[in-house]
Amino acid sequence: MKADIVIIGGGVTGTAVARKLTEYELDIILVEKEADLASGTSKANSGIVHAGYNADPETMKGQLNIQANPLFDKLCSDLNVPFQRTGSLVVGFNQQDLETIKQKKENGDKIGIPGLEIIGRRRLQKIEPHINDRARWALYAPSAGIVSPHELTIALGENAAQNGLQVMLENKVEDIETEKGALKAVVTNRERIECDVVINAAGVYADSIARMAGDEMVIRPRKGEYFIFDREYGDLINHVLFPTPTETSKGILVTATAHGNLLVGPNAYPAGKEDLATTSGGLVEIMKGAVKLIPDLPRGGVISSFAGLRAAAPSEDFIISPSPSVWGFIHAAGIQSPGLTAAPATAERVEQLVKGYYPSERLVKKDDFQETLPEKPHLYDYDEGDLEDWNEYIDRREDYGEVVCRCEHVTRGEIIDALHSPVPAQTLDAIKRRARAGMGRCQGGFCGPRVVEIIAEELGISPREVTKKGPGSEILQEKTKDLRLKKKTADKENRDNQRQEGKYKDPAQDAAKNAEQDAEQATEQAAEQDTEPKTEKQLQQVKIESGGADGE
Amino acid sequence: MVSEFKDKYQLVIIGAGPAGLGAALAAEERGVKDILLLERDYFLGGILPQCIHNGFGLDYFGEELTGPEYAHRFIDRIPESTVQVMDETMVLDITPDKEITALNRHQGVQKIEAKAVLLAMGCRERTREAIKIPGDRTAGVLTAGTAQRYINIEGYLPGRKVIVLGSGDIGLIMARRMTLEGAEVDSVLEIMPYSSGLVRNKVQCLDDFDIPLKLNHTLTRIEGDKRVERVVVSRVNDDLEPVPGSEQTVECDTVLLAVGLIPENELTKQMGIELDPVTGGAVVNEQRETEINGVFACGNVLQVHDLVDYVTEESEIAARAVSEYLSRRRKKRRKKIKLTAGEQITYVVPHRIDYVYQDKDKKTLKLFLRSSVPVEEAELKVVDDRGQELISSRKKIVTPGEMETIILPLQFLDEDIEELTVSVTKASQGAD
Repeated sequence: MKADIVIIGGGVTGTAVARKLTEYELDIILVEKEADLASGTSKANSGIVHAGYNADPETMKGQLNIQANPLFDKLCSDLNVPFQRTGSLVVGFNQQDLETIKQKKENGDKIGIPGLEIIGRRRLQKIEPHINDRARWALYAPSAGIVSPHELTIALGENAAQNGLQVMLENKVEDIETEKGALKAVVTNRERIECDVVINAAGVYADSIARMAGDEMVIRPRKGEYFIFDREYGDLINHVLFPTPTETSKGILVTATAHGNLLVGPNAYPAGKEDLATTSGGLVEIMKGAVKLIPDLPRGGVISSFAGLRAAAPSEDFIISPSPSVWGFIHAAGIQSPGLTAAPATAERVEQLVKGYYPSERLVKKDDFQETLPEKPHLYDYDEGDLEDWNEYIDRREDYGEVVCRCEHVTRGEIIDALHSPVPAQTLDAIKRRARAGMGRCQGGFCGPRVVEIIAEELGISPREVTKKGPGSEILQEKTKDLRLKKKTADKENRDNQRQEGKYKDPAQDAAKNAEQDAEQATEQAAEQDTEPKTEKQLQQVKIESGGADGE
Repeated sequence: MVSEFKDKYQLVIIGAGPAGLGAALAAEERGVKDILLLERDYFLGGILPQCIHNGFGLDYFGEELTGPEYAHRFIDRIPESTVQVMDETMVLDITPDKEITALNRHQGVQKIEAKAVLLAMGCRERTREAIKIPGDRTAGVLTAGTAQRYINIEGYLPGRKVIVLGSGDIGLIMARRMTLEGAEVDSVLEIMPYSSGLVRNKVQCLDDFDIPLKLNHTLTRIEGDKRVERVVVSRVNDDLEPVPGSEQTVECDTVLLAVGLIPENELTKQMGIELDPVTGGAVVNEQRETEINGVFACGNVLQVHDLVDYVTEESEIAARAVSEYLSRRRKKRRKKIKLTAGEQITYVVPHRIDYVYQDKDKKTLKLFLRSSVPVEEAELKVVDDRGQELISSRKKIVTPGEMETIILPLQFLDEDIEELTVSVTKASQGAD
């Protein structure tokens, strides 16, 4: 197959670049080796939008952090991604900490970070009542915030897909073909894609990809472990809390997540590229570190732990540059912290590099580029007060009245939406990332079996083929007996009938019906692109073709 | 939307498991009119329908039943009763004024007012995270109850080579079930020096199938890429810490977790009701009434019971209390009595005694409690705030795994008592 541009990697960098480049009349394909977007670093990090006072403006990561922070309000509002500018505090306990805090403020003021303040104990305790009594100062940065990192990544990817991006999941790049120093094709385990430009946003594997094109690069992953607490405890704190970093340690942060859970972590250790295992020592370490900031942390309230990798280059800076050896090959690599914050600016930087490979008349902006992603309804957004407004959705489709995930209040309707979103969820983890089913305190103990059943029914596959995160992670091993529950059969028939009546059309379109007028045009476009039903064949191939794929 | 349901009820019960079903029928028998039973699943009976093994009902019905049979003893009576059932309905909120917000496919989001509310939401299983097992986050790690649902309700086997963590009844039952369905169970691990399950379950589920029970052992790591490939099992010392050097690797594709149950009290917390940190259930008086007048709780949402038979018994206590509350027949004690968990006791339910009763000479109050350690030749004792022993009883052994009861004659409770302390000690020598 052919494309103008191939993006390697479906993390936040790859999807941000994809969204940026789909503004142009270009054929773009994003390849991702895993079964969903946001399956690597982008799903397992602190979810912080950094203010930027740490940034050394001499570095690429520093510059992009500063540029990107102000972009988040509009971006997240356009894409319906949970984002809150909570502000952050760097907490100091002794004179040495105070010196560090002062340096950070000085640096921040110099590079123009707005509103930085050093606050004393009394005010600190007032705005963070649970903070350790011994904390004496803090650097307050009002422009820091929290965002749901996997939702941002998926939304960027889905918005790009709406604008014509073709996302090919479970496509692992095995070779980059070049000819006389120019790029020829990207070869995956499933496809060979001829293209003009390749963007290497392959995270911890960016070095392997670089080497395929003959470039030298080293990425040394660092692993960080985290605990996540029940939503019950999210309002224990009001800001992102960092300890003052020391020579030897960056320290363990405590923050709320964009969905109101409490998150603590990470530590940082060199690790292998596939090493996502938590360790008993590491988990003890992060809990200890977090308790230094918040002594009455509810240790029993942990609902999950996980580890993430950061793709650090030896220079400790981002590598966003054209390949020195292959024309058309661009690296967006070494994306460690603050890579999530920087992503929108990283995309703009890559856009500039892409422009270097095309004559300007070739780069025409689409006049129908859709900046916004149609909003998908979520019951949990209605939990505080205006629950009766939810009836509007149930009137449209009864599935919005059936709660499947009791902990996070996720309905069947929302799960079906996730299964048919512009980059469709196909696995339990993908559903969890889009609809939050299984994200809560029982961690899918109750809803797991029901979500498996819904995935199987919607995709027309056997429950045995349903996976946690792609082939090899099947939930069920074998069928032992036929159990036919009359009630379930009847329910399914009922849904099938409704499908025929057209009540199960593209849910994105469905949901957006009563959205603002300006969203309406976008929606029609989305509907047009998505009218082709997801055939079984497509699903088996696990190749998601959206938008531009129709023209092939 | 037209509905057979009303927006006001005398009694609304949240949850149609054994506790809710039992309470609904018992309340009706005691003359409570207008009962609504709300259930989130599409079937009634709570967890019982997936418990297809037998052993239920020996205590309450005097015969051995399977879980579905036990449930149907109640479910079958519902159609002839006046109890209304709204299934596939999720309660999203309850206010302290007893206004319930519920959601289902047919009625949508609706508000229901209740004179009395009975919380009977049951419990959920603790997860891998509750005990913090490090390692990879792969497929093949699931709670025993989820595995039970896959096998008994859905008809699928979730794993072929299994290790079970936790030797409570659910762990034991599932070790046997997996074996019967064709999986190989390597062993059942128990961090404590004793099994917390019933003795008969240990014999019938492990011994009869040659499944090893490894006491003082736990899982210290789960490894695998997409799915579990192996686990690391370690012996633990007296402080329950893994002993370095004792690690053994076990190849398996599935880890079943049976590491305890947590009462599902999210709604209770939303209402601002105080919970007992030990039971995880609401703090209640002898009527199973929470701090909010007219809001009651019973079954596993209040305290995790060993047997469903005890749940039924408690549902009847709560049903009677609801009827007394609704007919305003109750009379408050001058001084409330606080019940305190004393020596070697983790908790006592109820937490206080609020009411006085007529013909108290004939009436008794049953106290439910658990010991913190196994005690042989045990003496259970209730002492009042003047140091006077009100009642004591002997047992060959009490263990944390088995709930104990003490029957307290109400006539012992004179009006000046303000506190009772329950304890379990080794019986003094020579008492035999």
